[in-house]
Amino acid sequence: MNKIVIENLSLQYSDGTESLRSVSMGIPANQITVLFGPAGGGKSTLLRCLNRLNDLTEVRASTGKILIDGVNILDPKTDVIALRRRVGMVFARPVVLPMSIRGNLTYGLELAGETRRARLDEAVERSLRLAAIWDEVNDRLDDPAIALSGGQQQRVCLARVLALQPEIVLLDEPTSGLDPISTGKVEAALQELKKDYTIVLVPHSVQQAARTADHAAFFLQGELVEFRAGQDIFTNPRDKRTEDYVTGRFG
Amino acid sequence: MTSSTRNLIQRLGFGMMTLMAVATVVPIIGTVVYIFAQGSPALSWEFLSGFPREGMRAGGILPAIVGTFYLTVGVAVFSVPLGVAAAIYLAEYAPDNKWTRLIRIAIINLAGIPSVVYGLFGLGLFVIFLKFGASILAASLTLSIMTLPVIISASEEALRAVPQAFRTVSISVGATRWQTIRRIVLKEALPGILTGVILGLERAAGETAPILFTGAAFFLPRLPHSPFDATMALPYHLFVISTQIPEMPIQIQYGTALVLLIFVLGMNLTATIIRSRARAKRQW
Repeated sequence: MNKIVIENLSLQYSDGTESLRSVSMGIPANQITVLFGPAGGGKSTLLRCLNRLNDLTEVRASTGKILIDGVNILDPKTDVIALRRRVGMVFARPVVLPMSIRGNLTYGLELAGETRRARLDEAVERSLRLAAIWDEVNDRLDDPAIALSGGQQQRVCLARVLALQPEIVLLDEPTSGLDPISTGKVEAALQELKKDYTIVLVPHSVQQAARTADHAAFFLQGELVEFRAGQDIFTNPRDKRTEDYVTGRFG
Repeated sequence: MTSSTRNLIQRLGFGMMTLMAVATVVPIIGTVVYIFAQGSPALSWEFLSGFPREGMRAGGILPAIVGTFYLTVGVAVFSVPLGVAAAIYLAEYAPDNKWTRLIRIAIINLAGIPSVVYGLFGLGLFVIFLKFGASILAASLTLSIMTLPVIISASEEALRAVPQAFRTVSISVGATRWQTIRRIVLKEALPGILTGVILGLERAAGETAPILFTGAAFFLPRLPHSPFDATMALPYHLFVISTQIPEMPIQIQYGTALVLLIFVLGMNLTATIIRSRARAKRQW
């Protein structure tokens, strides 16, 4: 069952740099789909289309459709605020907001109008547990989030997304700045999370792609070269360019 | 060239630079020390709380102190909301096009206009055309226009210093742009904005030329009752007693200068304290 269906998505930025060329793919629910490939391939651009964060960037032209549960979210009439609550995003650099750990987690909920303390507390604990950081921070929820280590901050960022109980979680190289232990914790958390969420991950390496993928898509210069279920793309790539990349001939 | 000569030249060079750096401190310390030494004997409760007597040659300067306070408050009322709103527009919303570039050029040029020209403009617009008369209202408005560029530039800079990533993250969890600005950006930029505001107000408090035709009174036997009254003010009073009145006791002049200096340096000190506290607390 595909949660997200992308149909002929093309996009050009105003400065003409990165773009997508007629990308079509289906992203299955409750699985981890990884988008991998060298820099400038359009992976981040695609992620940012899925929650319409590209609205903040100067885009010259975009065509095609992105259907989430059958509804085209690129339609100008889409409620982007509601969309972003359904489609959460974790960025490459851990960016905690300049407030307490608790404040980071309740921020989105408060914006959504939640004022009941019990509900907020419940969301804080639930999301911190899901992001595998509850045990490390539960005794200092009111401390500034910036005081945490980079790996802890990134898990707080993941928890911040989960607090909103989204349907889809997008992760853009979430472990690129983290040590292997923190990276392992984040990857383990993702494996748990996929039971309830649809996960789209841009990994920071081919190895991470191979470790985490239920489905994998290889992007090169804005083009979706190959999209396969399971580990096949890494062990038995069909396209020469995919093979060259996963075997390390370029990239 | 031997290494010892090179060494000597280098030390001479650095010595000169140190000397230049020290030279910039001398005028400010000199002024402050001199004004304090000359003015402090005049300071007394009577001087601060009394009205001028005997053709201003005796008594206190209360009406001038109160007047400068009113004018500063008036400037804050007009220029802070306008200036901060303009800065938010320029930093957060304005697209980069020919109109916003024109606005920026206008702001830069506003900062370059001589203060006496503001005074004449205020006379024409507020005092005569809008019929406010020579009043606290007209003088505050005139000073506000002069202060706006300082407040706008400082506020815009403070807003732009807030990392872009905070905005992206905030919007990605379902905030609108305005919620992002109000709850994250403004909160983080506030110390910088306050510093700019205080420095702007401080400049307004010390100006003479813009209030000369718009609201400053030579002498008033009572405190102003409404914004439509004219008022005495410290800078203008200082000008009057230093140049317009024969046989003026010198310590009253220096005393007045000292009060103005304390007023302005006090504001400056407040701004510095706000800035350094905010830097220590800053989470980015």
